Amino acid sequence: MIQIEGLSKTFRTSDGAVEALKNVSLTVNDGDIYGIIGMSGAGKSTLVRCINLLERPTEGTVRIDGQDLCALSEVELRKVRREVTMIFQSFNLLAQRTCLKNICFPLELIGTKKAAAEARARELLELVGLPDKADAYPSQLSGGQKQRIAIARALATDPKVLLCDEATSALDPKTTHDILSLLRELHDKLGLTIILITHQMSVVEEICTRVAILDNGSVVEEGPVETVFSAPKSDAAKRLVFPDGYEELPESDEKKRRIRVVFRGASSATAPLIARMAMEEGILANILAASIKSISGKEYGSMVLEVSDAKECARALAYLAKEPELIAEEVSIHA
Amino acid sequence: MPELLMEPISETWRIVASEFPFAIWETLYATVLATGLAIVLGLPLGVLLVAGEQDGVLPLPKWLMSALNIVINILRSVPFIILMVLVIPLTRLLVGKAYGTMASVVPLVIAAFPFIARLVESSLREVDPNLIEMARSMGATPFQIITKVMLRESVPSLISNFTIAITTILGYTAMSGAVGGGGLGKLAITYGYNRYMNGVMTVAVILLVVLVQVFQMIGTKTAVKNDKRQR
Repeated sequence: MIQIEGLSKTFRTSDGAVEALKNVSLTVNDGDIYGIIGMSGAGKSTLVRCINLLERPTEGTVRIDGQDLCALSEVELRKVRREVTMIFQSFNLLAQRTCLKNICFPLELIGTKKAAAEARARELLELVGLPDKADAYPSQLSGGQKQRIAIARALATDPKVLLCDEATSALDPKTTHDILSLLRELHDKLGLTIILITHQMSVVEEICTRVAILDNGSVVEEGPVETVFSAPKSDAAKRLVFPDGYEELPESDEKKRRIRVVFRGASSATAPLIARMAMEEGILANILAASIKSISGKEYGSMVLEVSDAKECARALAYLAKEPELIAEEVSIHA
Repeated sequence: MPELLMEPISETWRIVASEFPFAIWETLYATVLATGLAIVLGLPLGVLLVAGEQDGVLPLPKWLMSALNIVINILRSVPFIILMVLVIPLTRLLVGKAYGTMASVVPLVIAAFPFIARLVESSLREVDPNLIEMARSMGATPFQIITKVMLRESVPSLISNFTIAITTILGYTAMSGAVGGGGLGKLAITYGYNRYMNGVMTVAVILLVVLVQVFQMIGTKTAVKNDKRQR
């Protein structure tokens, strides 16, 4: 379990102090896939770096399984960093080493024998689906393959927690989906706790169980993904739910109800959903916002619908509940 | 204007055959030895210049960093020909005499190691800071970051820069011929400049050019061969 309490981080720059994080408190339970989402500059990267103490918090504590990291010496911290490893947006593979040697890197650091390290690295190559890339150099790989090697490297020391710093932000939607599937698979297989920093709503919707929304250095909302996004309270959360800007939404009267539909891999073949709902049930829904991606014939993303009243809303929710790989909930933004 | 003098070809050939093999050996010997020793001193210094910065992997006191930089700049700004004369007492102390090829290695090393430190510094600065952060996140010690990431990742760049260094030092060995050093430079000056034997001087210069070409070619090939970034 990771407990962050009252965490603040202030950077001293030539232009004065910059408060990157303000009094952040979070709890990540073992086995969570925890998303931390926010716009660029919200403090996400600083927050993730405080979890393995690459950045030392100005105030507050970070505890992993009850152990206060801020109280540890550099030597003890290095041990913690074998348990809490990290992958990055830019992959950060060593360009002058083969993939196999890249995966061996963390093992080399702790003095693992060469043969044992290489055997472990080959196992991990298998695990991430690239057994034939042992002798390839990073420059010969695609972005998705590079991230797989980086994941294998991060797993070499058998960590409990994997920190993902915008790990899919440099990848196209299809590759992003593949990497997220791999992360979920590893989570299930290895019982890994994953903390995922992203600015992409689709990433959180696809794999996270809990989410914290970070805005301007503070956590503005936190909870299970469905709960947070079905009743967004903060401006930051509303901006994420209505990607085109909730301020732009047409004024609605009190009677109208809004429904958020999250596509988590619904087959494209089941579309056109809205038209079907109108024809089969006579429910007329207005699409207020939509951000849907089709990846390998499956739909990912979300949509916000508006229906005329509470009764229609209940009918629509009942209809949508029958669809597989899809979550529909009423959104209450006026609450 | 003095008329261009040219000794008889037979005379040129006689001197080339009798004196050049040893002179080439002396030049190579002084160049390689001086470069090697200068790398031994300059490489760790270059590492300190990068790693010792306030946000580096091994922060050193600010005053020490300033002192290092000032000393390097001073050594680098003294013209080589003056430096050779200035270090004569040190040369005597280390080698026992102030003339000859071995003696010329002392000023060569003193002139070259601050230069190499700067070259190493620039190579190491090219290393992506994200890689250093990655290594820290995996629990690497500062020493491991320096050896396994900073130095290892900049090997191609270091080879290119050491090639620049060795060709520059080769040029310096020729200059050291003016004040008692041996080698091709000495022959070019004693025969060509002092005795107007332009044939001998031309051969010496051509040989120096060939040596530079060979060093540069080997260096470039090795650097490219060792670079796994793109193929």
